Amino acid sequence: MGEQLTLVEAVRTALARAMNDDDNVVVLGEDVGALGGVFRATDGLAAAHGTDRVLDMPISESMFVGLAVGLSTEGFRPVVEYQFMGFLYPALEQLACHASRMRTRTRGRLTCPLVIRAPYGGGVHAPEHHSESFEAAIAHIPGLRVVIPSSPAKAYGLLLAAIRDPDPVVFLEPKRLYRAAHEEVVDDGVALPLDRCFTLRSGADLTMVTWGACTVEALAAADHLAGDGISAEVIDVATIKPLDMTTILESVRRTGRCVIVHEAPRSGGVGAEIAASLADDGLTSLLAPVTRVTGYDAVPPLYRLEHHYFPTTERVVDAAHRVLEYA
Amino acid sequence: MHEDVGSVAVDGARVDAPSHASESRPSALGADELVRMYRAMVLTRTFDAKAVALQRTGRSGTFASSLGQEAVAVGIGSAMGADDLLVPSFREQGAQFMRGVEPAELFSFWGGDERGSDFAAQRRDFPIGIPIGTHVAHAVGAALAMQLRGEPRVAVCVFGDGATSRGDVYESMNYAGIRRLPVVFVVNNNQWAISVPRARQSAAATLAQKATACGFDGVQVDGNDVLAVRSVVGDAIERARRGGGPMLVEALTYRLADHTTADDASRYRPDDEVSAQWRNDPVARLRGRLVHAGVWGRDREEQLLAECAAVIEAAVEEYEARRPESAAAIFDSLYAVLPVAYAAQRAELIQRGETDG
Repeated sequence: MGEQLTLVEAVRTALARAMNDDDNVVVLGEDVGALGGVFRATDGLAAAHGTDRVLDMPISESMFVGLAVGLSTEGFRPVVEYQFMGFLYPALEQLACHASRMRTRTRGRLTCPLVIRAPYGGGVHAPEHHSESFEAAIAHIPGLRVVIPSSPAKAYGLLLAAIRDPDPVVFLEPKRLYRAAHEEVVDDGVALPLDRCFTLRSGADLTMVTWGACTVEALAAADHLAGDGISAEVIDVATIKPLDMTTILESVRRTGRCVIVHEAPRSGGVGAEIAASLADDGLTSLLAPVTRVTGYDAVPPLYRLEHHYFPTTERVVDAAHRVLEYA
Repeated sequence: MHEDVGSVAVDGARVDAPSHASESRPSALGADELVRMYRAMVLTRTFDAKAVALQRTGRSGTFASSLGQEAVAVGIGSAMGADDLLVPSFREQGAQFMRGVEPAELFSFWGGDERGSDFAAQRRDFPIGIPIGTHVAHAVGAALAMQLRGEPRVAVCVFGDGATSRGDVYESMNYAGIRRLPVVFVVNNNQWAISVPRARQSAAATLAQKATACGFDGVQVDGNDVLAVRSVVGDAIERARRGGGPMLVEALTYRLADHTTADDASRYRPDDEVSAQWRNDPVARLRGRLVHAGVWGRDREEQLLAECAAVIEAAVEEYEARRPESAAAIFDSLYAVLPVAYAAQRAELIQRGETDG
């Protein structure tokens, strides 16, 4: 009864479902109308719902998240598409100064139930500024949710949850996975829970904590390790703000070892927050230092050097062996 | 028709000085309405003076006075319909009071209490906007909501001359022009962006002409003439309500006070410039009209000053008597439902709040 969909098709299916279910849902962004978005995530929506609900924006990346603030305080549920995360920087002021704190500033009188969608991360041979992963900077802003799907089914269920959420959500789509694989998605309108990790694979010897596209390398590394008789648990964080440390701690208390994998630069990344929380609340369970496999503290390289920068399966496997060396 | 109420259409090429003539209009409004506007201006001036005094005596935080610009805010407030939406900057207290915001609420806001933006009687208007120009997009978004729903409402957004230098103000006006949204932009041109005078903010002959690039009209109005502001902004609102699209109104006025209580304007502008501007005091000007029309005299003036002082004193009492929120309030409006992840931090706050008092 489900359909085999790519991640980007699952995003489109969730948007269509949300627009059918709720007249207050409107989609806006650059080229989201006739073109259907640069990745075709909004393909067909303007034809189905008209240009008053699928609104093409001029190139005004600071303005249109502010526009969504005004739409949402007046009762709409805008879903804003940014073409690439690298073009989201001008929106940070509106996110930090207004969308994230309107509820606090007015003690609940005005609220901003809006979603910002942006493809993020590298791996598609795009030009400069098209491979950013600065999710930690957004996750540092109080009052927001930051959600990152790792598969078509997660994209469908989490995006529906994000659109229905009464607070602002930044929804980051790993563009490397947009068309990488198909998965069965049932368009039943059922959302997945926010604020919760998903355990993708159970294991007893170590815990890998990751999100977005890096779930691919983590799962591949777990397969590889299984060949050596090592059983790795793989956790997809999914909502990186707020963090579900309960699930991560429960796992690490069982395995005693943790490898965190993310594409973003290492220092001050979300991995650092997870490691700090493990130190706070899980120190006595740890059998080895918490290790991170991440992008480097450097400008994301153009694609000829990208393979050096990404956390590869090999780097994850090496890190796993290092934490397993501690008796 | 604007010229007889003290405004000049701007064609982007030639800009006339704004006319000060609006003597023919008061009779059209009626004495009661003129007195209502005069009362709002005097109340605003009383509020501002008290707020500065509270800050100077350690009873409130930094405050931005609207001294000298009361006609801009009151003109806007008197021109708006109850269902319209005000998206203010931080010198629009005169408009806010006319729209049901209580002086005690604004004392609370400047006194460091977020409840001051949870207006009891005005549920839709935006709170005071602090980061310059960032609220303009909100007004445009709200106007888009009104247009999409076919509501006969108009958003009115106020910002300063300094804000017009910002890219996102242009971005917002540009989009309003594209969709002919029901929004009126009002520039409170008080000549100073803190210490930078108008001439060093923009080489444009007027700020009103910035509308031209966005495809709609911009006009200048004498911002010290409350009747002119009301007339021009009112016309713009009604035009927008009828589907005529946005308009930019540049209200020419002068900031008689420091930028805020944290500022010292004597470091960058001469005193004689300020004292010369007092001759254009908008409150005195409307009072002169009322006297001239035979509806005002010394007794009524004294009565009004006493009444406004009493209202503001009562508001100060209410503000100062209000019990502070508990520490948990820091988290309690952060999300609709506080995520489990932050429950421990909230509990820590409450525990320390009880211990430390």
